[in-house]
Amino acid sequence: MTDRPHLAVIGAGPAGLAATVTAAAHGVRVTLLDSAVQAGGQFYRQPAAELHAGRPQALHHQWRTWERLRDALARHVAAGRATYLTDHHVWFVERRLNQQPGTADRGGPRGAFTVHALLGPEQEAPVEVTADAVLLATGGYEKVLPFPGWTLPGVLTAGGAQAMLKGTLAVSGRTAVVAGTGPLLLPVATGLAAAGVEVAALVESADPRAFLRRTRALAAQPGKVAEGAQYAAQLLRHRVKLLTRHTVVEAHGDERLEAVTVAALDTDGRVRPGTERRIACDTLAVGHGMLPHTDLAETLGCRLDGLHVQVDDEQRTDVPGIWAAGETTGIGGAALSLAEGHIAGRSAAARLTGAEPDPRTWATAAKSRTGLREFFAALDTVYAPPARWTDLVTDDTVVCRCEEVTGGAIREAVARLGAGDVRTVKLLTRAAMGWCQGRMCGPAVAGLAGCELTPSRRPFARPVPLGVLAHAGEAEDDEHQ
Amino acid sequence: MSKRLTCDVVVVGAGVVGAACAFYAARAGLDVVVVDRGPVSGGTTGAGEGNLLVSDKEPGPELDLALLSGRLWAQLAEEIGEFVEYEAKGGLVVASTPGGLTALGRFAEDQRAAGVVAEPVDGDSLYDLEPHLAPGLPGGVYYPQDCQVMPALAAAHLLRVSGARLLTGRTVTDVLLKRDGTVDGVRTSLGDILAPTVINAAGTWGGELAALAGVALPVLPRRGFVLVTEPLPRLVRHKVYAADYVADVASDSAALQTSPVVEGTAAGPVLIGASRERVGFDRTFSLPVVRALAAGATKLFPFLSDVRAMRSYLGFRPYLPDHLPAIGPDPRVPGLVHACGHEGAGIGLATGTGHLIAQLLGGKTPDLDPAPFRPDRFPDFPDEEGA
Repeated sequence: MTDRPHLAVIGAGPAGLAATVTAAAHGVRVTLLDSAVQAGGQFYRQPAAELHAGRPQALHHQWRTWERLRDALARHVAAGRATYLTDHHVWFVERRLNQQPGTADRGGPRGAFTVHALLGPEQEAPVEVTADAVLLATGGYEKVLPFPGWTLPGVLTAGGAQAMLKGTLAVSGRTAVVAGTGPLLLPVATGLAAAGVEVAALVESADPRAFLRRTRALAAQPGKVAEGAQYAAQLLRHRVKLLTRHTVVEAHGDERLEAVTVAALDTDGRVRPGTERRIACDTLAVGHGMLPHTDLAETLGCRLDGLHVQVDDEQRTDVPGIWAAGETTGIGGAALSLAEGHIAGRSAAARLTGAEPDPRTWATAAKSRTGLREFFAALDTVYAPPARWTDLVTDDTVVCRCEEVTGGAIREAVARLGAGDVRTVKLLTRAAMGWCQGRMCGPAVAGLAGCELTPSRRPFARPVPLGVLAHAGEAEDDEHQ
Repeated sequence: MSKRLTCDVVVVGAGVVGAACAFYAARAGLDVVVVDRGPVSGGTTGAGEGNLLVSDKEPGPELDLALLSGRLWAQLAEEIGEFVEYEAKGGLVVASTPGGLTALGRFAEDQRAAGVVAEPVDGDSLYDLEPHLAPGLPGGVYYPQDCQVMPALAAAHLLRVSGARLLTGRTVTDVLLKRDGTVDGVRTSLGDILAPTVINAAGTWGGELAALAGVALPVLPRRGFVLVTEPLPRLVRHKVYAADYVADVASDSAALQTSPVVEGTAAGPVLIGASRERVGFDRTFSLPVVRALAAGATKLFPFLSDVRAMRSYLGFRPYLPDHLPAIGPDPRVPGLVHACGHEGAGIGLATGTGHLIAQLLGGKTPDLDPAPFRPDRFPDFPDEEGA
């Protein structure tokens, strides 16, 4: 097996799993690295093994797809075609520039990349994986915009609430409000309700009915329509009040969350005066959509298109030897990730074994990809935070939680100190300089500064001990000098 | 588009040097407009560590300027010190061998003769100053005059209190000249700004601005990386660096050089430098460079091995072939005044630079002889790098 070309796949969510089993089935040795202890990513998140869940599929759809992927991975691992490394936290992918290209194909030269990871929950011990090519399936993360009270205990992200449900089969609260915008809010609300939480309201700032008018994208995705209808029926069954064109204005509570104030929005995205009302709750799950994880791609020099990694029809980035699939190439959910992962796996396998890829071999996946991309592009035009969400951020609202920077400090940096972009706001206020490196507050800082959100440069995808950094990649570089 | 502004002085560049020029010129009673194509502190200032150093400079015009600048920073600190995180923390230069300590001692002796406070530190006292230094080091020299500011804040607050008008997001596309060849202002992407004096504080891009006025100024970029750790309690008290840093600063080599420079900050993270390489404006992250920085820092302070690097950033120091800045009027274009090319010392030298220029503009006798900084000291067609 060792003379097979070697592909490293980063991320074991739908895209990474699909890519791994596809590439391993077509003549490539694959190393799949993932930060979780179980495969599946956020979408197929599994209950912890020690919970002995009887029916984990109750919280998932497409359970059969997951089982097929899981079993295929196990077969490839058993046959030595794939290595699956759990609890590996990748902090950097190194392009070894002193490796001169030996072949003309876009698979790149042998051993052209080193994937640097930190092992285990403590993320202290280094692991380096050398590969001929790398497939980035790093997924996405949640976007959450600030509002007064959002830092109170009891306020969590919509995805966080869902992860808690899927991973622990439980949530702590008794009465919840689900708020923000985006298609994720529906499964979160129905999931909470099914878990026995009283969902007092689903507060959506957009008006999803506008979506029904976009018949073309919908007609192409009957499955998605059925999925939506299913959620709607479940909301009714659990008597969840759906408030569209509404937003949470403030979260209240002394020690922890006790209530939220919600209000209706006018057509300009402003709060309609007089529509505020208070809803008692001990849990608020809030989310404003997803953003792609692009740190590794950005540092490798891959071209980005707005906030996501740009890929061609084969899911190749513009850096030879680097493929990307799933949410990192644009938010589009699990089904799109599967299609992209499959195509990327096919393409990488062909190119690494010296063959010209034949797009006919992934025609079904390509068709699915086209339809789903259209569908999610249409969704994007409907789901949006209130246009004037920054009005809700009071001067004393903490925007950057790591460094405790308020909305007022950010406004002052822009208005009085000459900051003109996210970078200078950061330099002048320390917003986005903390532990999360602006993943949480980046969109909010950009909004308050009145500029576009652009991808931040984060050379380290996660913090790395200096003792590890001091020796990273040393051995290989010495070999070639 | 056609909106015209008129003022006494246009400063091109809203970095720390431009901010200091604006501050001292405005304090001298001049009407000042600062223009920058980006935001405030958008170039090298925002990528700096904020060192106000005398320790790394050998006796000569740069050290004289550093000493003057240090006094001016201390005065400024009374007004804006807390806003810019001014800290008179002191520098500690550490030798790794007895031979290195002897050489460092001689260097410090010359500095003392030039007015620097440089106190020899023996092996034991070293650990009183920095308890977490690696064991077994022979000694070093302590420089109480070394200070630090947060550079982006320094530029922003200098501009804020200067009273100058700040115009960001405007690119200077031309230097306007009158028929007699004297300066008439600048043309920007958003209209002309008329003034008899234009100050070139464009830092690493100062050569491009000079070219707009028709003169050559060979400013080139020298790339440097900085590593930033997670926030820590104050475990590194001073700016601490290895004695070989001084040799690297003064070196002409284009090749990569790294020497460990470690310092704690008021906000908590430890900053780790310093690398120098001449690779143009290449913004590619370099693992070998950053690895060398981490290796150097953990050798000086072994406890840092378990501390996490959160991020790394890079910047381009504006350097001139003789490692001295260009400060003062350009005799080739009356009305054009240069204040750029400070290499890695721009934060520290900003105040002295701004002060000297304000004195020259006001027809006063400058506190320092500006001759060594003459902007026309280079031949019009400078040799290519390394030639």
